[in-house]
Amino acid sequence: MPAIELHGLTKHFGPIAAVDGLDLVVDEGVCLGLLGPNGAGKSTTMKMLTGQAIPDGGEIRVLGHELPGDSKAARARMGVVPQLDNLDIDVTVEENLAVFARLYRVEDVAAAVERTLEIARLTDRRKDAVDKLSGGMRRRLLLARGLVHDPELLLLDEPTVGLDPQIRTELWRLIDGLRSQGTTILMSTHYIEEAERLADEVAVVAAGKVIARATPAELIAEHAGVTTAEVYGPPDRLARVRREVEEAGLRVRPAGPAIAIVAADTADPGLIPDDAVFRAASLEDVFVMLTGEEAE
Amino acid sequence: MKPVRRLEPVVILAVMSREFANFRTFWKSTAFTSTFEPIVYLLAFGLGLGSTLVADVDGIEYVQFVGTGLVATAVVFSSALPAMFGTFVKERFQRTYDAILAAPVDVEELVTAEMLWIGIRAATFGCFPLIVTLFFGLEPRLTMLLVPFYAFVTALAFAAFGITMAASVSKIDQFNYVTTLVITPLFLVAGTFFPIDQLPEGLQVVAQVNPLYQLVQLVRDACFGMEAVDALRLAGLLALAIVMWRVAIRRMEKRLII
Repeated sequence: MPAIELHGLTKHFGPIAAVDGLDLVVDEGVCLGLLGPNGAGKSTTMKMLTGQAIPDGGEIRVLGHELPGDSKAARARMGVVPQLDNLDIDVTVEENLAVFARLYRVEDVAAAVERTLEIARLTDRRKDAVDKLSGGMRRRLLLARGLVHDPELLLLDEPTVGLDPQIRTELWRLIDGLRSQGTTILMSTHYIEEAERLADEVAVVAAGKVIARATPAELIAEHAGVTTAEVYGPPDRLARVRREVEEAGLRVRPAGPAIAIVAADTADPGLIPDDAVFRAASLEDVFVMLTGEEAE
Repeated sequence: MKPVRRLEPVVILAVMSREFANFRTFWKSTAFTSTFEPIVYLLAFGLGLGSTLVADVDGIEYVQFVGTGLVATAVVFSSALPAMFGTFVKERFQRTYDAILAAPVDVEELVTAEMLWIGIRAATFGCFPLIVTLFFGLEPRLTMLLVPFYAFVTALAFAAFGITMAASVSKIDQFNYVTTLVITPLFLVAGTFFPIDQLPEGLQVVAQVNPLYQLVQLVRDACFGMEAVDALRLAGLLALAIVMWRVAIRRMEKRLII
């Protein structure tokens, strides 16, 4: 049985369609990355999965429970790690966890707190108020809070947004550990590297719907080929190369100071300048080609 | 897994345990204010006015008249205001409710827990002026044990009112309208500092529907002699608390579930 089934999901805010006919199935034991630019509808989808947003249309089934009607039962079996830090900052680390263990009706609160303190590697900081913790520790605590009832499904909403690279890597290790243990994870992100590193499968979301879905390798093979060529130079040169390459039927995207020619291995000899830098095609190429947005 | 139902006591207690955990970090300042504020009022109004302008009101020594009336003041200021500001801050700035509602908690349980917690707190702090007044010569009576219950019921109504306001305003500054237009007038025509029969006839009628006035009367009757009408007063406060509870839930559902 799939852990999550979304069919024809829609949600409007006034005239804006935040989610516009989204279909998504997440099987048990899979870590699915919901990759999309800001405003693609990822957070609204997450809110609909926790019953905090009511869809205008479509069907939601989470762990066999129909939402929004049966949302409370579904929430009892899933953990949520929000995008924004909403810990109680004056309260101790262990009390933050204990409160959520009680909210989830965990029978042995003390054991649940011990277990999650170990996961977050915060056992020695258990008596400290949250505002005494570093940013990385707070993020680990936030993740631990979502695991306090040992959920079957974990929703991660932009879990590392705004964090520095070191803390991000630290958190990725934790999430990767959960994935390896078989926890079903739905993770929204707009970081390519995050999706590439953690997700078994990636669903690219744009304008409120899933526009592509496969493993990162399959997405790259299907949408970006084998090799990407990056050409550097002054703007007039880049414009000329771009025009010639596009006339030959290849796709080009901006890549910072360069242009990236996708599926460069299929180009006719002589089409791509000799000074181009060739590299393996990436998920970033796929993301930009599909959504038209610059990657982060 | 246990089946999920509406208004589960274990969930309500869990939400209240969060409030308790936070309260433990700032209870000293709140207890200090709640103890010393009635003392200051009693010294200023009770002894100040009592020794110079007003000796007694309806046969009650003025310091005791004010002291018993201050119970209602303590209740409204420790229920409506924390409910308004606390709810708004938790919803808008701390995003606490996003976290709680992601757990198996619904808005009805969340609001009920918040109301009960504020009710317990306000009922406790509401008794402080009465305890202080005992040191100013108020005779202890068994019926005074009803005061925490009266305070609790009234605090529930004002907590629900505060939560409703928090779910209705778009900016925290807008609470100024609520305090100026609602809380302060209710506080002034509650009969705390002077009997309402001194007021113009129109205001006397308004005072009759003022829940704070009803609380003041209930407290004074518990301290100086019960009356049959007290049952009616209590029933009115209970009805108000129930109606405001449902209104607060409805407003919070509109605010929290998009």
